[in-house]
Amino acid sequence: MASNKKYWKSVEELDENSTIVEALQQNEFVTDIPTDEFLGDKETLEASSTTRRDFLKYVGFTTAAASLAACEGPVIKSIPYVVAPDEIVPGVANYYASTIADGFDFANVLVKTREGRPIKIERNDLSAHSGSVNARVHASVLSLYDNNRLKAPQLAGKDVSWTDFDAAVAGKLNQMQGKDVVLLTQTFASPSTSKLIKEFTSKFPNVRHVVYDTVSCSEALDAFQLVYGSRAMADYDFSKAEVIVSVGADFLGDWQGGGYDASYTKGHVPTNGKMSRHVQFEANMSLTGANADTRVPATPSQQLQVLKALTGGSTSGLPKAIATAVTSAKAELAKAGNKGVIVTGLPSVAAQKMALEANANSVVMDAVSPKMTRQGSASEVASVVQGVISGAIKGLITVGVDPVYSLPNSEQFAVAYQKLEMSLAFSMKKDATASIAQMVAATPHYLESWGDAQIKKGSFSLMQPTIRPLFDTRQFQDCLLVWTGNTAPYNDYIKDTWSGVLAGGSWNKALEAGVVTSSANVLNEALSTKMTSVDPKESNPSLEAAKKQGDLELTLYTKTSLGDGQQANNPWLQEMPDPITRATWDNYVTVSKADAASMGLVNENVANGGLNGSYVTINLNGVSLKNLPALIQPGQAKGSVGLALGYGKTAAIQQEMQTGVNAYALYSDFSSVQHVTVEKASGMHEFACVQLHNTMMGRDIIRETTLEIFNTTKANHEGEYAWNPIPKVSRDHQEIPVTSPEADLWTSFDRSVGHHFNLSIDLNACTGCGACVIACHAENNVPVVGKQEMRKSRDMHWLRIDRYYSSEDSFDGDSSKKTNMSGLGESLSQFAELEDPSANPQVAFQPVMCQHCNHAPCETVCPVAATSHSRQGQNHMAYNRCVGTRYCANNCPYKVRRFNWFLYNENDEFDYHMNNDLGRMVLNPDVNVRSRGVMEKCSMCIQKTQLSILKAKRDGRAVKDAEFQTACSSACDKGAMVFGDINDHDSQVYKEKKDKRMYHLLEAVGTQPNVFYQTKVRNSKKA
Amino acid sequence: MQKVNLRRLSSILSVVTLALALSLSTNVLAQATPADDTAAVSANGGDAALGEKLFKANCAACHKLYKKATGPALYGVGDKYEKEWLYSWIKNSAALIASGDSRANAIYEEYNKSAMNVFPGLSDKDIDDIVAYTYTEKKVPVAPVAVPGAAVAGSGSGVSNNIILGILSLVFLLLVTILFLVTKTLNKFAVANGVALPVKEQRKPIWKAFIENQFLLLVSAVILLLSSAYFIYGGLMSVGIDQGYAPVQPIHYSHRIHAGSNEIDCNYCHSSARKSKHSGIPSLNVCMNCHKSIGEVAEGVQAEGLAEYGVDYNKEIQKLYKAVGWDEDNQKYTGETEPVKWVRIHNLPDFAYFNHSQHVTVAGVDCQKCHGPVEEMEIMYQYSPLTMGWCIDCHRETNVKVQGNDYYNKIHEELSKKYGVEQLTAAQMGGLECGKCHY
Repeated sequence: MASNKKYWKSVEELDENSTIVEALQQNEFVTDIPTDEFLGDKETLEASSTTRRDFLKYVGFTTAAASLAACEGPVIKSIPYVVAPDEIVPGVANYYASTIADGFDFANVLVKTREGRPIKIERNDLSAHSGSVNARVHASVLSLYDNNRLKAPQLAGKDVSWTDFDAAVAGKLNQMQGKDVVLLTQTFASPSTSKLIKEFTSKFPNVRHVVYDTVSCSEALDAFQLVYGSRAMADYDFSKAEVIVSVGADFLGDWQGGGYDASYTKGHVPTNGKMSRHVQFEANMSLTGANADTRVPATPSQQLQVLKALTGGSTSGLPKAIATAVTSAKAELAKAGNKGVIVTGLPSVAAQKMALEANANSVVMDAVSPKMTRQGSASEVASVVQGVISGAIKGLITVGVDPVYSLPNSEQFAVAYQKLEMSLAFSMKKDATASIAQMVAATPHYLESWGDAQIKKGSFSLMQPTIRPLFDTRQFQDCLLVWTGNTAPYNDYIKDTWSGVLAGGSWNKALEAGVVTSSANVLNEALSTKMTSVDPKESNPSLEAAKKQGDLELTLYTKTSLGDGQQANNPWLQEMPDPITRATWDNYVTVSKADAASMGLVNENVANGGLNGSYVTINLNGVSLKNLPALIQPGQAKGSVGLALGYGKTAAIQQEMQTGVNAYALYSDFSSVQHVTVEKASGMHEFACVQLHNTMMGRDIIRETTLEIFNTTKANHEGEYAWNPIPKVSRDHQEIPVTSPEADLWTSFDRSVGHHFNLSIDLNACTGCGACVIACHAENNVPVVGKQEMRKSRDMHWLRIDRYYSSEDSFDGDSSKKTNMSGLGESLSQFAELEDPSANPQVAFQPVMCQHCNHAPCETVCPVAATSHSRQGQNHMAYNRCVGTRYCANNCPYKVRRFNWFLYNENDEFDYHMNNDLGRMVLNPDVNVRSRGVMEKCSMCIQKTQLSILKAKRDGRAVKDAEFQTACSSACDKGAMVFGDINDHDSQVYKEKKDKRMYHLLEAVGTQPNVFYQTKVRNSKKA
Repeated sequence: MQKVNLRRLSSILSVVTLALALSLSTNVLAQATPADDTAAVSANGGDAALGEKLFKANCAACHKLYKKATGPALYGVGDKYEKEWLYSWIKNSAALIASGDSRANAIYEEYNKSAMNVFPGLSDKDIDDIVAYTYTEKKVPVAPVAVPGAAVAGSGSGVSNNIILGILSLVFLLLVTILFLVTKTLNKFAVANGVALPVKEQRKPIWKAFIENQFLLLVSAVILLLSSAYFIYGGLMSVGIDQGYAPVQPIHYSHRIHAGSNEIDCNYCHSSARKSKHSGIPSLNVCMNCHKSIGEVAEGVQAEGLAEYGVDYNKEIQKLYKAVGWDEDNQKYTGETEPVKWVRIHNLPDFAYFNHSQHVTVAGVDCQKCHGPVEEMEIMYQYSPLTMGWCIDCHRETNVKVQGNDYYNKIHEELSKKYGVEQLTAAQMGGLECGKCHY
């Protein structure tokens, strides 16, 4: 039956008197098209010599000419060297050992260079315990090719030559004789630099040296100084620990310089039925808390109480849950004896001292050879800032620090800074400080510099240039040499300093290795000079003062990606998802679910899948930080909030990278803990979050068990463990394991010949740090897509690290809840509950890349056979063959295929490193840069495996086991990723494959992946 | 007809004159050279002919007669220094310098203290011979001396073939016209004489018959379409294939001379082919390893270059000197360099990975297999199509060189058992998998 309903196209139609409707009934347009203006002028039309036919001829000719012209191939020029350097063979990579020491990250690295340009950072295997090559260090190679770097020294904002600059500085230094000038530097941890600064300050006695750590570790240094008499930080070897109790110490993150993850995981993987136990008390959900066996949310003030209770105090006043955990942890520590350790990140000298004293007998802590990577004193810096503001200090030389950006009272400081008689900034960029300094010395990147470092007492490392300076820059040390009248270049100066370190050993060998262990006494000299004279305040008012009604405790932290913010202009780091929140391109206030509810803050997913969150305003003693997005963080301690430092830069940084809010404004007294008030503000913030589903809903994507079950369960007759079951499928109404050949639709190929690559990922060893993600970027030319595209889930990461929360208190709870569901009604409501992570969830990380299935679902659906399988186990992707149907991505159960929705290189819409000549220098010439409309994915670094094979062929030998590496496996210093050839039965990966913890992701699908995982084992046994 | 004969005669005449003129000019030169030689012998008492041999064996690496090289120019060296001094200098220059001889030290200083080799093996007589040879007069360049008329005649003979062809075609045309005219006249005669000409039957024109025959039309249309499709396909498939691409290079570099005549190993200049994916264009310092002392090519080569390829090789060497910043007169580098912008001939697309070392070092494939007869190429050109089909064909046919390479031990044993063959092709080894070349 026809409907009588009247449809209308516009509101005008409803108006019966409208003339427009009538006009439109007759004509296509409401008003006439003004053709008369053009055609009405008969005279001009006739006067024109071009007839219609001529016009068509021209069109035809130009089209044909244009297409003919396009047929001619471009002429490509090849320009060889005039005099080729001996060490450069085009097409062959060179590796140089060097060291990063940027004041925040300290690590020994290997720099891979191609045709003379650094393209990748790798770990230096020769260094045992000095520094960790984390995501930022891997990404630092891109910061070398930063377009926003200073290209020459500047006087009054104008580029000048170094001769003019030296003259100006010399004049100024003489003028300043007798006036108080402060040399405010980052931590160098460099014996040569310390010596050089001493020479400089003795030539200019009015200059005094103060070290400023942007993210302060002052309390730990003060405490160590009080206990052990030298200014350094205790080192820890967590592999020796049986029980680790951490009170607010994010030691898998950047706590006290970081770099503890390798030793931690070494002890945290079950070997011979034993592994360390880790209890974490913390406010923010940190990487460390996520990896802990037991995590107890506690606000900073509660943490202080916890620490006191652990070291002998009482648990009275603590909530019951925390008190029980403390009692249990205390008992465990007692049982572990000298194999237990307490670490704390509380910003209080007293607290740090308590931990140091508690560890006095612990084998885990090493106070004899402490770490040197932080040397700043908060009180000294505070007095300098006060001096600048009061006018007592007349001149300020800053090196590698940006106080105008990173001081809490930066506005006040900036005004005073501009009034200084002398302001000289050593900087790689025209950052906030450099842009208002009188004199700016352009410094080179560490990959262009000489240097040395003593990351840990007795472990000396060298930094060497791997490329000629790209710009007219000169490093700080060379400037000092010039200004002190020393004509030697800095590398000779280092050689001279090192004569003591090497004790007759070869300089060239040391340079080749990049790291030398020596008991030389170069350290103590540096130490004694850097002892702070100011008496540290033992207590921290913001930690211990009574909390006012309605106050929340803020913990400021540094993100795995951006750290203190030095590399904020690095698109790789901006786009790297935070391991915990999985958000990119942002910092945000993390709030607990309970607090969010009470303040009316919401997080919601909108129609396109993007996550939106409410804005809040944070107030602290008159400072208010507006437009901070709030992210509801499971596991955040109630009554606390978290916020990451390092964001909100605006100087010398590309528009796209000006993300987040500068949280240093809240870093009052250099204390990471503050009492703040938080108010809801209007509006919603758009996050770019790459993981939208937070829980596994009780499925066994991640397999997890407890140490107790792991140790006690016996294998059944099929060699199967109850905690690691092989999925069953039904065949002829009989259950058979999915791995049996009868369950398979396909006939298998014989893969026993040649190499067969497999990758093992140990979920116990993976801390989620993300170094592999950046290493993969650098190796495989993965493009950066920007925040808007990330929000649309169009990220291009070949390797992602999924993070899962449990909905119950544990993953076991989730799966038993799922198993015990009965009836449709119950399951509907309970599944909804399972989606919601609990207030204190267990967390697990799982790196997922292409699983290189032997029976790959993607390969069978490709209409053009662009993706195919190799005998070596790698799933190949021929980009030039791909037509972009995206069938493969849809058919992939692991969702690891990435589609190039746009052209991401040489495209102004994606103005990141691939859109400028400088940034493109980081590209790996062995890997294609993909174009628009093609699918891409992890290749299992086939360029690396092929190269290893080729090297062996050239040498006429078999390939050695460790030679086969992927970018991710070689980046992982925790041994979580092991790559190799399983046809070589002596290989490490073959052993891993035979491990009883081994399982395949979504094994029930029957894809037979070549990537496998090791079940996560938690040591949840309580004392 | 007579006219034509005359023309041919004149051209034959001109060829004969040219031959005469050429033989005369060579005679003149042949007379000049021995006269010079005898003069040299008498001046010094040495034998210049023997001296030339000795000079080439011992001295030519560093000395030239008329031009500075690593050492000074030696023309007329006997006038500058007395015999005894020369004996002691040549036999042991270092000793002479050490003895404090002022002239020896002066020359040592002048040539940046580069020490001359000692030649204790040369007798005084040998040295006399060499000195005699150094009096050889510089030869006057040959080409301009030639009789001007000869050159003109020469060019005339080159064109004559074309003229003959032209004349022949004219004659042919003439014949056709004459025949036509003859039949016309004959017809006229016939008409005039009243002879009845056979009347042609009015037949259907062949094109009309063709059009009316549907079958023929259909078949020819199909043939036409198929053949045009064939050619269009061929044309499209050749887009981007630059086989035979031989661009003009900034320096005329002759592989024929270097790899052919001089038999220099390819890997000497393209050394990275053994260890890298790139064969590499040699840097200019590699050229200078030889060209430091080779500032000019041999006369025969130069003449051949001018005549056959229109290239002045010596000028090309000067281009190299300019690029590398070599001051030939002072025998040192000026430091002013100017990299050479070669035009790349073999352009493999970015999405195809090719590694020279795999083919050169591991497989032991001859360079010529892909690059063609480089030793015969005056101008380098792309010999192979460099298409995927071409790669694959070779991978299918070529056996992997497994002998003497321990890498292949295990895989060869297993694979040959699997395929039941003794020799394995690259394809059987997995050389056809997409990802081996595309990543």
